[in-house]
Amino acid sequence: MGSTNSTLLKIPNVEVLMQETGFSPAHIIRLHDRFKALDKEGRGHLCPQDFGAIKELAMNPIGDRIIGAFFSPGKETVDFDTFVKILAHFRPVDKDRPKELNSPEPINSRSNKLRFAFQLYDQDKDGKISRDELLQVLRAMLGMQVTEEQLESVADRTIQEADLDRDDAISFEEFRKSLEKINIDNLMSIRFLR
Amino acid sequence: MFFAQQKSMMAFLQQFALLALLIVFITSCKAETLEGDSVEVGHNYSSKSSATEHTSTSINDSTDGHAPSEISTLPIVTWKWHHIETPYLVALWILTCWLCKLVCELNHNVTSVFPESGLLIILGFILGGIVWGADKAQTFKLIPTNFFYYLLPQIILDASYCMPNKLFFSNLGAILIHAIIGTCWNAATVGISLWACYEGGAMGTLNIGFLQFMLFGALISAVDPVAVIAVFEEVHVNEVLYILVFGESLLNDGVTVVLYNVFDAFVSLGGPKINAAEIIKGIVSFFVVAFGGSFLGVVFAILISMLTRITKNVQVIEAGFIIVLGYLSYLTAEMLSLSAILSITFCGVCCQKYINANMDEKSVTTLRYTLKVMANGSETMIFVFLGVSAIDKNIWVWNTGFILLTILFVVVFRFIGVFFLNWVLNQSRLIPIDITDQFVMAYGGLRGAVAYGLAALLDEKKIPEKNLMLGTTLIVVYFTVILQGITMKPLVQWLKVKKATNSDLTLNGKMNNRAFEHILTAMEDICGRMGDNWWTRHWKYFEDRHVCWLLMKSDAKKHRDPIFGAFHKLNLEDATKYVTEGECKGSLSFIRNYESTSVDFKKKLALQYADIDNVPVTSVMKNSIPSVSLDIHEQDRKSTPDDLSAHHLLDQHLYKSRRNNCPTYSRNHYNTSENPDEMQEIFQRTMRSRTESFNSPKMGFNPVKKLSKHPNKDSTHKLNGKPADPHRTHPYGDGDFEISAASASSGEIAGHFHRRSTNTHGAGVDNPAFIPEIDTSPPMRNPPWQTETGNNAAVAPSQRAQGRMPWTPTNLRHLAPQRMRTRSTDSIVTADASLDEKAPEEKPGKHHTRL
Repeated sequence: MGSTNSTLLKIPNVEVLMQETGFSPAHIIRLHDRFKALDKEGRGHLCPQDFGAIKELAMNPIGDRIIGAFFSPGKETVDFDTFVKILAHFRPVDKDRPKELNSPEPINSRSNKLRFAFQLYDQDKDGKISRDELLQVLRAMLGMQVTEEQLESVADRTIQEADLDRDDAISFEEFRKSLEKINIDNLMSIRFLR
Repeated sequence: MFFAQQKSMMAFLQQFALLALLIVFITSCKAETLEGDSVEVGHNYSSKSSATEHTSTSINDSTDGHAPSEISTLPIVTWKWHHIETPYLVALWILTCWLCKLVCELNHNVTSVFPESGLLIILGFILGGIVWGADKAQTFKLIPTNFFYYLLPQIILDASYCMPNKLFFSNLGAILIHAIIGTCWNAATVGISLWACYEGGAMGTLNIGFLQFMLFGALISAVDPVAVIAVFEEVHVNEVLYILVFGESLLNDGVTVVLYNVFDAFVSLGGPKINAAEIIKGIVSFFVVAFGGSFLGVVFAILISMLTRITKNVQVIEAGFIIVLGYLSYLTAEMLSLSAILSITFCGVCCQKYINANMDEKSVTTLRYTLKVMANGSETMIFVFLGVSAIDKNIWVWNTGFILLTILFVVVFRFIGVFFLNWVLNQSRLIPIDITDQFVMAYGGLRGAVAYGLAALLDEKKIPEKNLMLGTTLIVVYFTVILQGITMKPLVQWLKVKKATNSDLTLNGKMNNRAFEHILTAMEDICGRMGDNWWTRHWKYFEDRHVCWLLMKSDAKKHRDPIFGAFHKLNLEDATKYVTEGECKGSLSFIRNYESTSVDFKKKLALQYADIDNVPVTSVMKNSIPSVSLDIHEQDRKSTPDDLSAHHLLDQHLYKSRRNNCPTYSRNHYNTSENPDEMQEIFQRTMRSRTESFNSPKMGFNPVKKLSKHPNKDSTHKLNGKPADPHRTHPYGDGDFEISAASASSGEIAGHFHRRSTNTHGAGVDNPAFIPEIDTSPPMRNPPWQTETGNNAAVAPSQRAQGRMPWTPTNLRHLAPQRMRTRSTDSIVTADASLDEKAPEEKPGKHHTRL
């Protein structure tokens, strides 16, 4: 227990962090260890290269986008706080935890999970998934198996399915509507973060 | 209202009278037999085993009775009842049972309250009563041999073949725990507590020892898949709950049979001889039998998959191979005294994905339907005979204490077991099984024919109280199937159990599902922890490397081109709906007016690529000779069985992430053929035109006069702009397709078709498609192929699109562009009237342009 506390003490703002993310001390410590392991040069923050060093991630078709999601625009680094907060999106929703009335929406709420997914598509941050953006993701996920034309027809159809206001792009609201029937809580949760 | 009810009542009564007549006929036939030569006939409707026994006697009969050696004159016809007696009775009983089902389904008010299985049992009581009344003895009953060899296998095979694989394997842990530990728990506790109560004097004097009680506990703990499917199919609970209950009941049968055999052996050994060594042997044999059976099933699954790789030339009986081999896996396991049920279960579950890929689409459909017919048929018979068997004075030995206590223990321990195991499982589940689901799971522990069959198998010499056990089993079966079956639906509603969500997944949903999986995988990697799916990841790798190579046709991939599969299925659905809608509003015969080119087109395309062409227009056009309706139905037939699978195709075809723990084979690792074959070519074309149809309404309404503008220029432009690619045109390359000779570009062909379709509407049916589409949305970006063909093309799509939807069927969710869908239908109707006048005018012009 002593080592637990000493590790925790090293992390700044750990109380606030735990409050915001809902992670237990054990999780924080585990993540902190991982953070340090990724941060090979010991700078206290991670750069895109550090993520790039994860071998499996390189094989992920949309890995680059996911890495990108860790870095807020303009920044080249990610500190531990942000790192944990982003991972907190994937904490399973716990029904048992008492809800405080005026507490802010938890990071792992449904719409936050969705927003995380949404911004992976929306690379230019204009609040809409344009056809081009969708095409890029599709191309990444489908790869060489299909021709460009096929991709386009799929993208068109996809947009057309979700597009309610006929602007040829999917806004977040439309994105959420199109996924209404899908159980996001289950699909966007990692068991060991519970 | 009252009248309607009375009417259905009448129908019911009529049907019933028919049934009663049938039964009387059967029994009178039977009675005649009995009087005639007192041959013991097969006790059962489907007693194929007794049929074989009986053949020898009936041959004798025929020689003495019916074909006397000395005949005075040539008989013109003779009465040969004995020749056909057994099969005749079997067939009659099958007919009777199925008619029972028909009677049950006549009145939906009844079936909505009363589960069908319960109704069938009650009808069985009545039939049994008639037989009893006629024969004064129960001459027909469910014989375990028939049940286990002729009725059960197809039900299990069907259930396992249609098992949602992904769900099953992702919940396999929970299912196994419930099936193995839960069943052992039920068997042990029910046995022990009954024994304790007996010792405590709750049942008076009975000649039952501890081991017999344990044996009884084992057989009564079989949760019956047949009963469970029958009840749960009517209540649409959420899929996790469904798979838990269903998977458990399926595997649990195997476990029960194994337990039953172990205890049966113990009973035969007798109490004093049982020592520690025997008990250990019993436990070992439990595992050997259960896992050996499962292993045998997997071996057969491999055999089947390999066989289907080479059955292409005997497509007609392709489906039969699976049924026969599945049945053989059952019998082989039985022969080796392994668990037959587990064997056939795993056989079905494991081979499904490979055979679905290997076999022709038609064979898959055939197999699916054949299995359904067989399974449903025997399920019906089982329930009816569960009822019929009850009407027998001999089996009823009443012992209130024993019966009531059994029911009590069965229910109570089921609840305790399920809740406890779920509590354990919930400690590590991502999505815990909530309390209402647990309750339904426990309540869904219906006992059925397997328990009855096992009870009927008991040996009266070893277990003197066999009839008491048999009777009690029947009562437990009735209690669970009828009472719990009836209350299940209200209970599910009352508890607000999560229902199955509409699985109408969209492309959006599919894509995002896959994206989520990738995201999760990435996050797991970033966290540096092995995700949930270490095993599945490695299995997938192994499967891609070795299993698919062995079990799957190498060209299986070609026939199911990745994302097109999904697209294709969706489009095919649209096409079918489209045509059906169209047919309601008018005949499609106008297509006949078109000339030989289209006939050739049809011939070439329809034959070779029948499964490809799917865009509504193309399909309408394809059916350009009087056989229109035939083709439509062909499409109809083809598309319906695949409705379900359509939505899973995207799942299978997008890049897999490790997250996706569905152990279906991956087709990703095959490379698409280097030179896209014709199918793909046509597919692209149809895809493209579809996309145009989606986009075009955005372009606003184009004045009609533009429709026929500069057709030749258009085509030549295209021809020039897009150099004719000899490879691409190859499907049309032959001389008998005239258009292709003139214009080699595939785009051009598509253009022709579109225009032709526009034309056809003008010619034939009312055409509500020429609606002024007033759309204020910003001008859309043209897809590349539109811009590349120049300005003329920018006009063309909209007219094509308008032409493409002559009837604008209201329910064409996928087909109709968003804008069309959201429009009120009124505007279509009003526009219809005004535009009808225009349509004929433009017709000649268009004719001209096209031809």
